[in-house]
Amino acid sequence: MAEPRTDGCALVTGASRGIGAAIARTLAGDGWAVGVNYRSDRNAAEGVVASISLAGGRALALAGDVADPAVPEALFAALEAEYGCPVLVLVNNAGISADDLAPSLSDDAWDAVIATDLTAAFRLTRRALKPMLKARRGRIVNVASVVGLRANPGQSNYAAAKAGLIAFTKNAAVEVARRGITINAVAPGWIDTDMTAGVSTDLLAQVPARRAGTPQEVAACVRFLTSDEASYVTGAVLSVDGGLAA
Amino acid sequence: MSVTSEQVETRVVETLASFGPDASQIRRTATFEELDIDSLDLVELAQVVEDEYGVVLKGEDMKELKTVGDAIDLIVERADS
Repeated sequence: MAEPRTDGCALVTGASRGIGAAIARTLAGDGWAVGVNYRSDRNAAEGVVASISLAGGRALALAGDVADPAVPEALFAALEAEYGCPVLVLVNNAGISADDLAPSLSDDAWDAVIATDLTAAFRLTRRALKPMLKARRGRIVNVASVVGLRANPGQSNYAAAKAGLIAFTKNAAVEVARRGITINAVAPGWIDTDMTAGVSTDLLAQVPARRAGTPQEVAACVRFLTSDEASYVTGAVLSVDGGLAA
Repeated sequence: MSVTSEQVETRVVETLASFGPDASQIRRTATFEELDIDSLDLVELAQVVEDEYGVVLKGEDMKELKTVGDAIDLIVERADS
């Protein structure tokens, strides 16, 4: 456990399980006080907070569906009040999928995925940039997907959201680069989580590394991108996919 | 909220100076272009103005501004309304 950082804190959305939980634990290990956002599974989020506390870190469970336009402000206000410092690290990890082939994909499935996986990341980033611009530093990492880089039948809504997230990452990154703020994306491939548990394994068969990745392997990349050492990396997309997008 | 033009001018000059230009160059007639103040700087200025005076300046408001005086006048006008 690193020395506690008191200059700022971190917010990870969708952090009650899977990749988000691993990222929250990793950032807490780097000394950040971490907001562990969750939508519905309070017990799981409290479990992540408890494991961080047990390891000597600081964390706070924060309820809120990021697709709700009022939630970003509520999350930031709660964290700023709890820790008395600005959010200097934002990880937009919350994501949903609602798979179907394009010819039969419903409007609801399209809208829900775009709202959570793309629009929410924009609103959270917009809110995060206010204190970051003032502080002249900050780190934002957007959790995209290999599906934002290459096709995966049945996921056109998810792919559109993640490709959009990658484009948003690059554009926002260049807008604020001269203020010492970096915005990057990671693009996980097939990672063992609840989200991939029910998905067809066709994609897994194409992974050159011949195995699924772990949430910790994604968290390690996010950790680098949020570190002081990554100060000259911005607008980048780091694939964490065992070679799937190569 | 009622604020004087002098108060706003002081705050605007202070904020703009934090973006790079020398405070002595920041006169009412100076253009943002001359001062090398770009669109991101103006977004930040709008944020300071909102925090201090509760005046919300949108992107389209800022686009219309050419000089330091334009910004001061707009902020004072909005704060008084």
